[in-house]
Amino acid sequence: MERMPRWADVLLVPLISVTIAFAISAGVIWAIGQDPVEAVKLMVSGAFGSTYGWGYTLYYATNFMFTGLAFAVAFHARLFNIGAEGQATVGGLGVALVCLSLPWPHWTVALPVAMLGGALFGALWALIPAYLQAKRGSHIVITTIMFNFIAAALLNYMLVNVLKPAGEMEPASASFPEGAHLPTLHQILAPFGIEFSSAAPVNITLFLALFACVAVWVLMWRTRLGYEIRALGHSESAAVYAGISPVKIVVVAMLISGGLSGLMAINNVMGEAERLVLNSVEGAGFIGIAVALMGRNHPFGVALAAILFGFLYQGGAEIALWMSIPRELVVVIQALVILFTGALDNMVRMPIESAFMAARRRRKRREATQARQPSPGE
Amino acid sequence: MDFLTLVQILDSTLRLATPLLLACLAGLFSERSGIFDIGLEGKMLIAAFASAAFAFVSGSVWIGLLAGIVASMLLSVVHGLASITFRGNQLISGVAINFLAAGLTVVIAQSWFAQGGRTPSLSGDARFAGWELPFAIGPSDAAAAGRPLSELIAQAGPVQQVWSELISGHSILVYVALVAVPATWWVLYRTRFGLRLRAVGENPEAVDTAGISVIGLRYAAVVICGVLCGLAGAYLATALQAGFVKDMTAGRGYIALAALIFSKWRPWYALGACLLFGLLQAVALRYQGVRLGEITIPVQVMESLPYVLTVIILAGFVGRAIPPKAGGAPYVKER
Repeated sequence: MERMPRWADVLLVPLISVTIAFAISAGVIWAIGQDPVEAVKLMVSGAFGSTYGWGYTLYYATNFMFTGLAFAVAFHARLFNIGAEGQATVGGLGVALVCLSLPWPHWTVALPVAMLGGALFGALWALIPAYLQAKRGSHIVITTIMFNFIAAALLNYMLVNVLKPAGEMEPASASFPEGAHLPTLHQILAPFGIEFSSAAPVNITLFLALFACVAVWVLMWRTRLGYEIRALGHSESAAVYAGISPVKIVVVAMLISGGLSGLMAINNVMGEAERLVLNSVEGAGFIGIAVALMGRNHPFGVALAAILFGFLYQGGAEIALWMSIPRELVVVIQALVILFTGALDNMVRMPIESAFMAARRRRKRREATQARQPSPGE
Repeated sequence: MDFLTLVQILDSTLRLATPLLLACLAGLFSERSGIFDIGLEGKMLIAAFASAAFAFVSGSVWIGLLAGIVASMLLSVVHGLASITFRGNQLISGVAINFLAAGLTVVIAQSWFAQGGRTPSLSGDARFAGWELPFAIGPSDAAAAGRPLSELIAQAGPVQQVWSELISGHSILVYVALVAVPATWWVLYRTRFGLRLRAVGENPEAVDTAGISVIGLRYAAVVICGVLCGLAGAYLATALQAGFVKDMTAGRGYIALAALIFSKWRPWYALGACLLFGLLQAVALRYQGVRLGEITIPVQVMESLPYVLTVIILAGFVGRAIPPKAGGAPYVKER
């Protein structure tokens, strides 16, 4: 079957989808009696106008990179992991347990162990849905949704009954020891003489997230395992014929996905809050879906889309502060991005595809008529 | 626990099970036609907001109900467009709808009423009142006797307690939800439309070959789903509570989804599953932790029980739940 050129598939279609989503969002702003142009200006200056704004934008983007990658890895195996929220919640529990267990001497010692704790807990939370999908055919969408709720209840229980220091009212763990403090971008850039806002929560996890993007790219496109994951996603019967075990690949893909979600907790629990609180994930697990869909499940696209959503989050907070537009506008934009880049993809794709087909047919016809006419030289 | 407490818990079970039941039956219609719907939550939420907002503005709960149904149906049509017409991913569409509702309701509520993303409290005709059945002790008897209602019921006999506390005094939507169960069963298993609807969820090619429109049937199912979700959302905002607050569905759409699987996509079992999950909610609401002998079951366990039970059922350890065969797959007509 003839297809449209690759650049149109990878760039043009998502760009048009996102443009439609943003246009409708602007319509919503206009409909509630606010000025969309003013709002966009405020969002851009709030998110990129200062190192403080950049610091928040990149902090959010770090979260979204992890959850976006998590969704993308599972999606390559055609698994719809909607449970990044729960996996990141339980990952946060793992990070908190590691940070609180020892009087850590230095963050360089604490970080690897905390990463292990977060990834392990996140992966374990994905293991049961993965196993049930692989072995018993239980639909992973439903089980991961259920596990999100169970994770919320588990965190609630752990905070209220176990981790809350005696005498405290707020359901939150104790603050992590000094040695578990991760360097912020301010602290990292200061030796180089670069001024960066000290109030912004962006920290060394940003580089971990970027590294994770590269690692996932290598995994998916340069290793045997990645090939097997993608092969299974394209066609299960072909994968089985090639000797790939679907059970193994489903479980492994979900473990990687859950581990990446769990690693997000390094950023929000260890890097920002420095203690475990209720609902610390704040929906970042679900934004990962939008990020991955927009980034076409490619790590490079995920990184870009994560920064875009970081911008939307920080910009959204700014307009909520300075204009009478609630923060939830960002949720609307996010929903529209998911709707148009994910579910209504064909609505955008089909007209573009047929336009390319028509152009190609015209060109062929022209070439055919030129071939039939003898050239003047003969 | 005395008898009256038990009756009160069952009464609260019925109230809490009603939105679950309506949403569960909504999902049943949609999924039996082959359209997965994880957007039940979003449709309920937008219906809750629309019904509360319009009931407040117009002063009539019936106009509110209508607005709720229309709002929920609009989202249903979006889901239909994405998953039937444009053959998109039904799960992604459902996720988008949930977020769209979560965001839009607060944004619109804030710009409309400026009360922090909620609607003003509803009272009088803007709310569904309890329906007093004959011979039941209700608020009017309490007013006539000049004593609190709870006192009158506490002094009544057990049959009267069951009649007045458990069966009478609910809003009309509770009874509508209960009637919707046999109605759904009748439509699905005793009408031509129901037969075709079930067939299109199992084998759309066969339905298409018989000259019946797959697209038409699926749109019909999705719209029915919208109406029932609209009822569920309106019940939340105008009967169970008095007005809309941010995220007021609080995962009920997902519990309904769980109940749907728990009941294996069958109407009578759906009633059972929703009552069970309603009971869990009622107990969790009344007691902060349940004592069983020496061990206290924490409230969080009660809250997560519907989800755990669903996972167990899905795992197929206690009776296997098999979804409609063509569920989730867009139908492409052969050329």
